[in-house]
Amino acid sequence: MSSTQEIQSGLAEILEEVAGVTPADATPEKSFTEDLDVDSLSMVEIATAVEDKFGVAIPDDELGNIKTVGDAISFIEKNQG
Amino acid sequence: MSTSDVVVTGLGATTPLGGDVSSTWDALLAGRSGVSRITDDWIKEYPAQLVARLATEPSEQIDRVRARRLDRSQQVAVVAAEEAWRDSGAGDAGVDPLRIAVVIGTGIGGALTLLDQDDVLEAKGPKRVSPFTIPMLMPNGPAAAVGLSIGAKGGVHAPVSACASGAEAIRWGLDLLRFDRADVVLVGGTEACVHPLPMAGFAAMRAMSTRNDEPERASRPFDKARDGFVLGEGAAALVLEREDSARARGARIHARLAGAAGTADGYDLVAPHPEGEGAARAITAALRDAGLSPADVGHVNAHATSTPVGDTAEAAAIRSAIGDHVLVSATKSQTGHLLGAAGALESVFAILALREQIVPATANLENPDDDANVQALDIVRGEPRRASLTAAVNDSFGFGGHNIALVFTTA
Repeated sequence: MSSTQEIQSGLAEILEEVAGVTPADATPEKSFTEDLDVDSLSMVEIATAVEDKFGVAIPDDELGNIKTVGDAISFIEKNQG
Repeated sequence: MSTSDVVVTGLGATTPLGGDVSSTWDALLAGRSGVSRITDDWIKEYPAQLVARLATEPSEQIDRVRARRLDRSQQVAVVAAEEAWRDSGAGDAGVDPLRIAVVIGTGIGGALTLLDQDDVLEAKGPKRVSPFTIPMLMPNGPAAAVGLSIGAKGGVHAPVSACASGAEAIRWGLDLLRFDRADVVLVGGTEACVHPLPMAGFAAMRAMSTRNDEPERASRPFDKARDGFVLGEGAAALVLEREDSARARGARIHARLAGAAGTADGYDLVAPHPEGEGAARAITAALRDAGLSPADVGHVNAHATSTPVGDTAEAAAIRSAIGDHVLVSATKSQTGHLLGAAGALESVFAILALREQIVPATANLENPDDDANVQALDIVRGEPRRASLTAAVNDSFGFGGHNIALVFTTA
């Protein structure tokens, strides 16, 4: 189990690698598409990286509900091992 | 049809000789080779182990996040296109995006992505295949990436005719301008498929040089001891405009694109017609299109890949369509064979030869082939040769029997 802080920083690493998001910008209130300019294909890559890093499974119908960094953190917290 | 001539206002390239046009041209005139021997483990079983790798990695020229969504063939296309676009100044000229078009050809497309993602599929399953796989492997991907880069909304096109693709793109660009379907067209070719599978495929055709111990001497067009081509990677791009609008905006004009033509051999899927009949028809038709006679042509940048049958067929075509007076260069002797980028790169060389009034030498041409046509041609070797040139031809041929000829004249 990762802490919220660990999840946020792990997610920030993924966002930087996949989409070039500056880690300091990856705060919970940020929308992936509106604020961080992450397109739909990059969201798929991010989801795959999250699955590998945190050992969670993100079904496609759940991915559509993850709009913000905070949504992703909550999803990981709820579903991890 | 517009009556205005079409001119070349921008040039770009990234090649085994250099990361841009000027470094590539300088290395070409200096006689440097871009060919080296592959040292990776996988190559050990291969009969042909040579390659002409890029002089500058595209990762040094493109932002990392942008690069990871582009196949290598797209990356090099973008590098070359952005150089040509900057060189033309068209981006600052307020051209309506609806009147900007792109034509970028490739012989093979995103082969590296296809093969890499197949490895991912085999190792990790379908859910781990990248969502960028399709836009990275599709053969129109380089044209689309370039179109996005320069903001072209007037049409983005991707001719695919094997090793004639880059030249075919230039011909399409000429047509778009003559039919007034665009005001500025960025054209070119790209290729990046150095990987075990394409290497094995070309080797299985017995098309590649096996002179593994002498990389720099392996690509030797028209030489008696030639034994195949050396696979190269890279891209080249040109910006084309109608002369009246180019002059109106004060653009620098490198040369004119005076004419173009394409033919099909109708002979064999891969073997060229032995007398170069279709190639000669293309050259003759391109000269007619340009309103020139064979005597006007001072220089040919030949396709000449260093294969035994291809070079003699081309020599026959050049002799019958142009004559023995013309100065011939085979620059693949130094760059290797860039497949779908070859025609674009060699057009850049033909344009620079006209602009600088100097004809590059053909490296490694020590003993010209006994073939009567090769013997009769004036193939420049040793050192580049100063010449008074008004018109130059670039011809390109592709598996499938595609022949494209382009005619450039001085500005």
